[in-house]
Amino acid sequence: MEQFIECIRQPWPWYIAGPLIGLTVPALLLLGNKSFGISSSLRHACAACFPANIPFFKYNWQKEMWNLVFVLGVLIGGFIATVFISNPDTVVVAESTQRDLAALGMTSFSNLMPSEIFSWENLFTLKGLFFFVIGGFMVGFGTRYAGGCTSGHAIMGISNLQWPSLVATIFFMLGGFGMTHLILPHIMALVGF
Amino acid sequence: MKTEQKNIQNSPIDCEAPNMQKMDETGLSLLKYLIVGILFGIVFVKAEIISWYRIQEMFRLQSFFMYGVIGSAIAVGMLSIFLIKKFNVKTISGEQIKIGNKEFRKGQIIGGFIFGLGWALTGACPGPLFAQIGSGFGVVAVTLLSAIAGTWVYGRFADKLPN
Repeated sequence: MEQFIECIRQPWPWYIAGPLIGLTVPALLLLGNKSFGISSSLRHACAACFPANIPFFKYNWQKEMWNLVFVLGVLIGGFIATVFISNPDTVVVAESTQRDLAALGMTSFSNLMPSEIFSWENLFTLKGLFFFVIGGFMVGFGTRYAGGCTSGHAIMGISNLQWPSLVATIFFMLGGFGMTHLILPHIMALVGF
Repeated sequence: MKTEQKNIQNSPIDCEAPNMQKMDETGLSLLKYLIVGILFGIVFVKAEIISWYRIQEMFRLQSFFMYGVIGSAIAVGMLSIFLIKKFNVKTISGEQIKIGNKEFRKGQIIGGFIFGLGWALTGACPGPLFAQIGSGFGVVAVTLLSAIAGTWVYGRFADKLPN
């Protein structure tokens, strides 16, 4: 048992994690005819809390309550994994990535998230403005405009052989490449790295 | 025609995750989705998919890890849906499984690209946002609120955007 705990404390390889994530697709379908998708939870949150008479938010969100329960589970799962079975060692980041980010001024590579960015002290700074506020806004606006995110399009949509989902996934990746290589260096310089 | 289109836009079917179950579910029957969510969140953290650095490695083509995760998740999802359709597998309450088709819209290009920009900045798609908060990165709650605001702004101007 101790050996088992020791084993699951280590970071899980992609060939374990990927198939487990893929199994969410049949799990949700078999449990209750639900299509896998996470960004819809953001829409349900709007519909439930601030519908403001906007047609896009006027629908029976109670019927989609399962989705909000599901993302609450994801949050609790994050808590459980961190408190009970977290990896005692520091995160391993590819050396080339460390080098590239160090060249942009980043110095810490030991946690899951860069402590130089993701801390409360940065909330009302330019770092907070770009990495939390603008970044988050683009995630919410973009996923809804695209009609899905990595789960709904890349995993669920492509699994169901939907070509529009493949198009969406290609543009997710293009946006990510563009940000990482063309815009991020300027943002990092601007916010004081 | 115009109103009909509007109706399609506004129905929750337009979500990527519609509830196709006919039977109502409340209270305890929702618990199963909580459990699937918890397991999913644990995988996110244990495979370090929620890490900002993993997303950077992916977009810098410096690690195979995220490509392996997404690729094998799609492979398993595809095989599962193929088997469900081939053997006409029913849900646990005996309903026919229905999966909505995705219609092509310009949003998948423009919105997809905007999401990609945000993904590389925040290091998170919507799922990992929740897992990051659970992992103790409390400030990500601000990112989440901002994402909800982004969703709201899209909803507010949806009919004025090219689609």
